[in-house]
Amino acid sequence: MIIEKIKAANLRGRGGAGYPTAAKWEMVMNAPGETKYVICNVSEGEPAVAKDDYILEKYPEVVIEGIRLALEAIKAKSGIIYLRKDYFKKYKSRLKTLIGSLPIEVFEETAGYLGGEETTLLEVIEGKRAEPRFKPPYPPQSGLYLCPTLINNLETFYSVAKIAAGQYKSTRFYTISGDVKKPGVYELAEDRPINKALEETGNLPDFEFFVQAGGGASGQILLQSELDAPLSGAGSIVVYSKKKTDLVGLMKKWTLFFIKENCGKCVPCREGVYRLNEMLLLKSFDVKAALEITAVLKETSFCPFGKGVANSFESLINKLWNQDK
Amino acid sequence: MESRQIEIVINGQPVKTNVGATVLEAAKSAGIGIPALCYHPDLTVRANCRLCVVEIVGEKGVVPACATKVRDGMKITTESDRVKALRKTNLELIMSQHREECNDCVWLAECKLLKYAADYKAKIDRFPDRKIKFPITKFGPIEFDQTKCIDCRNCVEMCSKQQANFLEVKNRGFETVIEPSKDPKKDCIYCGQCIVHCPAGAIEAVGEFEEIQDLLKDKNKIVVVQFAPSIRASIGETAGMAHGSVVTGQLVAALRRLGFAKVFDVSTAADFTTIEEAEELVQRISQKKVLPMFTSCCPAWVKYVEFYRPDLIQNLTTVKSPQNILGSLIKTYWAEKEKIDPKKIVVISIMPCTAKKYEIDKEEAKILGMKPVDMVLTTRELGRLLKIKKIDLKNLEPEISDDPLGIHTGAAVIYGATGGVMESAIRTAYWRITGSNMTDLVCTSVRGIVGFKSAEVKIGELTLKAAVANGMQNAKLVLDELAKNPAAYDYIEIMACPGGCIGGGGQPLPVDDEIRKKRAAALYRIDCEKEIRVAHENPQVQKIYEEFFKKDQEKIHQVMHTHYGKKSKSRIIDK
Repeated sequence: MIIEKIKAANLRGRGGAGYPTAAKWEMVMNAPGETKYVICNVSEGEPAVAKDDYILEKYPEVVIEGIRLALEAIKAKSGIIYLRKDYFKKYKSRLKTLIGSLPIEVFEETAGYLGGEETTLLEVIEGKRAEPRFKPPYPPQSGLYLCPTLINNLETFYSVAKIAAGQYKSTRFYTISGDVKKPGVYELAEDRPINKALEETGNLPDFEFFVQAGGGASGQILLQSELDAPLSGAGSIVVYSKKKTDLVGLMKKWTLFFIKENCGKCVPCREGVYRLNEMLLLKSFDVKAALEITAVLKETSFCPFGKGVANSFESLINKLWNQDK
Repeated sequence: MESRQIEIVINGQPVKTNVGATVLEAAKSAGIGIPALCYHPDLTVRANCRLCVVEIVGEKGVVPACATKVRDGMKITTESDRVKALRKTNLELIMSQHREECNDCVWLAECKLLKYAADYKAKIDRFPDRKIKFPITKFGPIEFDQTKCIDCRNCVEMCSKQQANFLEVKNRGFETVIEPSKDPKKDCIYCGQCIVHCPAGAIEAVGEFEEIQDLLKDKNKIVVVQFAPSIRASIGETAGMAHGSVVTGQLVAALRRLGFAKVFDVSTAADFTTIEEAEELVQRISQKKVLPMFTSCCPAWVKYVEFYRPDLIQNLTTVKSPQNILGSLIKTYWAEKEKIDPKKIVVISIMPCTAKKYEIDKEEAKILGMKPVDMVLTTRELGRLLKIKKIDLKNLEPEISDDPLGIHTGAAVIYGATGGVMESAIRTAYWRITGSNMTDLVCTSVRGIVGFKSAEVKIGELTLKAAVANGMQNAKLVLDELAKNPAAYDYIEIMACPGGCIGGGGQPLPVDDEIRKKRAAALYRIDCEKEIRVAHENPQVQKIYEEFFKKDQEKIHQVMHTHYGKKSKSRIIDK
C-alpha cells in the first residue's frame, strides 16, 4: 500500500513545514466523511524559490500520478491543482491534457504569498477573502467546505509518485540564487549539508558570504560557519556577499514583500510589519523595538506568516547587525 | 456546550469548568481577567487582537485564550513575564492605530484600551499614530471615525448578523479599512449594534448636547422630555449602579434638574400603541386582510423592511411607535389642553436606540407639518449629560412623571424587552375578542432573550399564531420560514437588537446576554408589581380616547397611525 511505502521512505512535506507525509495521508484517510478532497499546492509565493515551476516544466506527468495515487488512497471525491497565476497561464492546457478523465481540476490562484498558507488556500478556493483560518481543526479533519482535505506541495506529490515507482532516492529540489556563478534549480540528496550543496553545484563562493536558507523572504540567515547542516524550510538557498550586501537594503526588500503580502487580519502582522518598514524608511532602525516586534510576530501572529517575518529579521539582527554595530 | 465538568489550573488556582469552554471563558467564570479586545460573547471568535495570549504548561509558545478549548488537567499561566511583554508590544501597536479622543468617547471610564495600557505599562505613543488622516464618515445618525478603528472587525460581523452587511472590510495588510458599503443595494439600518460592539469607540451616533443645553435656556420654547420604557432599567448603569436597577423615580427627578418643563413617560404611549395594534390585528384577522402583521415599534426593523424588503411593507402595522405617538399627542392633545402653540413646544426623547434619531426625521411621521419629536438622546448620551451637569442619579429622591402623559400600565413597560409588545397586544386583543381579561396575564412562551420564540395563543374560538424575534439574524429566520409557509404566523414582533430595546444600540456599555437578562428582568418586575397590567384599563388613556379622540377615526389615524414607503440608499457623508 502506498502509505506504507511513503512511511518507509520517511517522506516529509516539501512545502516548508516538513510534516511527515504518511501521517497526514492517514489522518485524511481515517477522518470520517463521505466527501474528501486532495489539493496540490503550487502557490510557490516565497521569493527565490522556483522549484515548482521547474518540476511542472519537466515532470508534470509525475505530479499528476502523485495526485492520482492520493485520490485513490484516501478515496477522495476530487483533486485540485492550485496554481499561482503565471503558472496557471503557462501550464493550464498541458496539465489538462495530462489529467484526461481524472477528477482533477486546475484552479487559478491570485492571492499571492499568503494564498499558499494551507487554510488561506481553502478560503480562496471557497471564494472568500484570502485570510487564514484558526487551527484546530486542521485541514485533514475539516478542510475544503469543511470536508477532510489533503493538502500537499507539488514536490511532495512528485516524490510520492517516485516512491510508488520505486525510483525515489531521498532527493529534494534546491533553488540556488544570489551572488553565485550557476544559479538554478538542482535535485540533490535531502540530507546534503548546505555548503556541500553549494560546492557540488559549483556555487560555493570564494569570498566572505552568508546565506538565506529556506525561503527568500522568510528563510533564516546562516553564516559561513553554520552551513554544515542540511537545508530546512522551503527549498531555496540565496547567497549574499558579506562585503557587497547592504543590510538595511536587504531588510527593506523583505518588508516591502511582507507589507504587500500580509492579509491585515491580526495585529502583529498588520501593525508590526508596518512599523518595521516605517523604521527602515525613516532611517531610524531601532533594534530594541524591532526585536520586540519580531517577538510578537513569532509568538502571537495568527498564522505562520508572522513567524516567517521573525525568522529572517531576528537571524539577521542577531547574527549580522549586532555584530557590525 | 456540553455540561460535563473538568478541572483545570489557572495561575495555580484549581478551576472547575465545562467541557467545550475556552480558556478565556473558564478564566472569566473563575474571576480571572484576561485582556481581550476583539472577543465579545455575542460574536464568533476571530482571534485578531492577540492580547489574550496565555502560556500552557508543557506547551511551546503561547496560545490565544479566546480560541483555545480547555482540556482536563490543563495548567495555564495568564500573567508570566513573557506574556506580559508580548501583550505590551501588541497594545503599543494597537494604540498606534487608534487616535485618542477620550473625553468624547462612548466608553469613558470603561475603556479597555486605557485599562490594559495601564496594566501592562504600554507606552500609548510609542509609535506615531498612523491613521490620523483617515476619514470620518456619517450615514444617517451614525458616525464612523476611522482614525480610532483598530481593525478588530467586531462591527463588520455584527452588521452582517444584523442583515445589513453595510460595514465591509476592504484592502489588505496595513491598508485594510473597515468602511461603509458603496453598494446601492446595501444600507445601514441604524440599529447601532456596531457601536456597542466596538471596543475602540470608533462608532457613535451623532449627539446634540450643545443644542439641547441652548434650548433649555430659550425662554420662548417649552421643552418637554419623554423617556422610553427601557431607560428606567438601564440608565442607572451610567451612574455606577448595578445592572437591572430600576430608577424610574430618580430618572424623573434628574430630568427635572436638567430643566425640562415636563417629564412624560413614553410608556403611556405604549398603552395607546397596544390598543391600536390589537385593534388592527383583530380587524386584519376578521376582515381577512394581509397577514401576518408585523410590529413597527422598532425603527431599525422598519428601515430594514423599507430598504431590503419593500414587499413586506403592507404587513407592517400602521400604528406609530410609542415615541412618535407620545410626541404627536404632546403637540396636539396636550398643546390644546394647555392652550400652548404647538410650534413653541420642543419634544426631546430619551431612547435606548440610535435608529430613533432617524425615525423622528421621517417625512411620513409628521403631525400637522411638525416633527412629532424634535431631538433624541440615547441612554448613554443622557448619562453623559447628567455627568456634565453633575447630577447624580443615585442620590436623588424619586419623583413621579407629569400628568397626563405619565400614567402607564405594566403592559407598557415590558415593551422594552423582546416579546413585550406581543405580550401586551395579546392581553388587549384577548379582551377585545372575548370581552374579559386573560386569567393568567403572563405569556411565558414569548418571554426571555432567546432569539426566536413562537406560540399558539387560544383567544376564544381563535388560535393566534404568534412569533417573536430579536436580533436581525433571528428576524431572518422568521422571514425565511414565511417564504416557505406564508401562513405560518398571524402576528410577529420583531426587534432588531438582541434582547429588544434593553439591548439597544443606544444603551450603556458594556453589554452582553447576562446584562440584557438583568435589564429585562427589571422591566418584568415592574409589570408584576403594577396594579393595572393591561393597556385598555389605563384610566388616562381611556380619558384621552373619550375627551380628545371622541371616536373620530380620522383624528385617531392622524395622531397614531403612519404609512411606509420603499427607501433608496441614503447618502454617506465624508466629514
